[in-house]
Amino acid sequence: MEGDASRTKHSTGLMNTVTDQVPAIEAIGVTKVYGHGQTEVIALNDVTLRVARGEVVALLGPSGAGKSTLLTAMALINPPTSGRIVIGGKLVMDGEDAKIDLRTFRRQHLGFVFQKANLIPFLTALENVQVALEINDRPAHAARQRAMYLLDHLGIGDRADNLPDALSGGQQQRVAVARALANEPSLILADEPTAALDSHRGRQVMELFAQVAHESNAGVIVVTHDVRALDVFDRIVEMEDGRLLPPSKASR
Amino acid sequence: MNLAVRDIRHNFSRFAFTTVGIGLLLMVVMGMAGIYRGLIFEATLLVDRIGADLWVVQGDTRGPFAELSRIPANLEDRVRTVQGIAQARRFVNHSIQREHHGKPLRLMVQGLAWPDDKGEWVSLVAGRPLGQAHFEMVADRSLGLALGEQVKFGKDVYRVVGLTTGMSGIAGDGLAFFTVSDAMAIQFDTPSEAIRLERAARLARSENQDLGRVQPLLLERAGGPSSGISELPRPQVSAILVTLNPSADVDQIISTLSTWSDVTVYTAQQQKELLLSGTVDKSRRQLGLFSVLLIIISTIIIALIMYTLTLDKIHDIALLKLIGARNRVIVGLILQQALLMGAFGYALAWWLGQYLFPYFPRRVMLETPDLIKLAFITVLISMLASLLGIWKAMRVEPNTVLA
Repeated sequence: MEGDASRTKHSTGLMNTVTDQVPAIEAIGVTKVYGHGQTEVIALNDVTLRVARGEVVALLGPSGAGKSTLLTAMALINPPTSGRIVIGGKLVMDGEDAKIDLRTFRRQHLGFVFQKANLIPFLTALENVQVALEINDRPAHAARQRAMYLLDHLGIGDRADNLPDALSGGQQQRVAVARALANEPSLILADEPTAALDSHRGRQVMELFAQVAHESNAGVIVVTHDVRALDVFDRIVEMEDGRLLPPSKASR
Repeated sequence: MNLAVRDIRHNFSRFAFTTVGIGLLLMVVMGMAGIYRGLIFEATLLVDRIGADLWVVQGDTRGPFAELSRIPANLEDRVRTVQGIAQARRFVNHSIQREHHGKPLRLMVQGLAWPDDKGEWVSLVAGRPLGQAHFEMVADRSLGLALGEQVKFGKDVYRVVGLTTGMSGIAGDGLAFFTVSDAMAIQFDTPSEAIRLERAARLARSENQDLGRVQPLLLERAGGPSSGISELPRPQVSAILVTLNPSADVDQIISTLSTWSDVTVYTAQQQKELLLSGTVDKSRRQLGLFSVLLIIISTIIIALIMYTLTLDKIHDIALLKLIGARNRVIVGLILQQALLMGAFGYALAWWLGQYLFPYFPRRVMLETPDLIKLAFITVLISMLASLLGIWKAMRVEPNTVLA
């Protein structure tokens, strides 16, 4: 099953361009099998998905469809049983074989946002963003400046010195987005990032993804159940039983 | 950004309580080393301070400390005749336990060869050295006696004329200085009834022997003080202390004294070695084993604490891995916390020790080489202890964040 990267929907005013250059990510014929014999479960079945730079894609589907498995495979934390993952034109995974140092690659090219903000509880909002920059060898002062810029840009600069406990769910998620953007990744992967937010905050976060995707020319893939903000996405891809549904069956 | 410090800042109370626990353990380890040093100091204190070049003791013994030594007091006269010897003094040293104000008073009686030795070498914190041949004493403060206080030993009462501090014997009992004759009187104090019975027995034996019958004077003296009977053994002392002339040939003098078959001669250094290789050596090994056990226990406790702290952070560690943190960032987080815990624990142990150790019944001496050694051991056990946590952290998968 293959998603069509060429089908582009201009659904929000935030959308500027979906570039024709090398895709942000290509998952080619990705299969993931858990267990073996009678306990074998095929979580992903020959999935092919391309996401362009600057494109914001929603990944929909019922529970157990394989959305999170696909996302974690593309996030390079759950190697596929077979198939290839190509990020920014570079072959990263060929089956279970990593072709590069995955941790370094994640640090330099990928950004992550989760259902829970997953902020480090002993770091302030600013430090949570700063740490992502410093582990990517950004000098402390420059990292601090960039982290502050991102928090300001996302409207939570005034909460920079607060620990996560002192932030609301929406504020925490914005910090998580800032952290994901810190190293200017070519691909941002988000797993139900609005699940813990009310509809208004959820929409704000989705719009934020669209905004940053277009501004930084990064590909964004968002696994979501929240159908209220689908108009924000450039493309919607549905999954079922470990396969991508054909575009004609997409339930938009 | 130092993640370890920020984590500690966030969980300060837990870190502080854990560090206090580790500090107390390290204080005990520190105390063990200090007690050992104290044992050596106390054991060799007299030998170091009394200023004797040679110790003449009972033949074929390792006296007077390692074992009992009894030699006639007048041996000092014979020793003085050897060329190169500047001074010979009688040495009497024994422990007694008496009652004073209804409480047990345990002390080490040290005889000073009055008038040659008035105890000027004893450093006083109050009062004066011995000023007369009898009934005065200089006491260590650890005995709890006050200046001017009078204490009864045997039939006589002694007045405290001087106070010392930190003067104790090998068993840790405070030293009390008397003249040799007083020290011997205290040691050989015999109840009047026992003396009366002994004199009566002597008289009875003499009456039944030819010698007593043919020597009426002997029979007459048999019922009197033993000092009037030249045939009875003279008072005995523990050792004779010898001070040599500056130009004396030590080996020659030892060689000369060694030809006397009734005595054995030791240099001051040999005397110290006898002390240290005997009682102190066993204590050293005992304390050493306890210290090793405590260090192992400390390592296990720190390891378990670090493991628990790592488990608490395992989600954050997985996140750090997910966003690409190198292993050294994660190892640094755990290792630095372990080292900080060890360092603060060590500092706390030292600080507490300064206040608590002086109240210990035995001397606890914290010496710089021991403190440096323990600091290295603390660093080592902190690093070892962090291995379990590091092992756990290295095994966690980044996708744990999604769980």
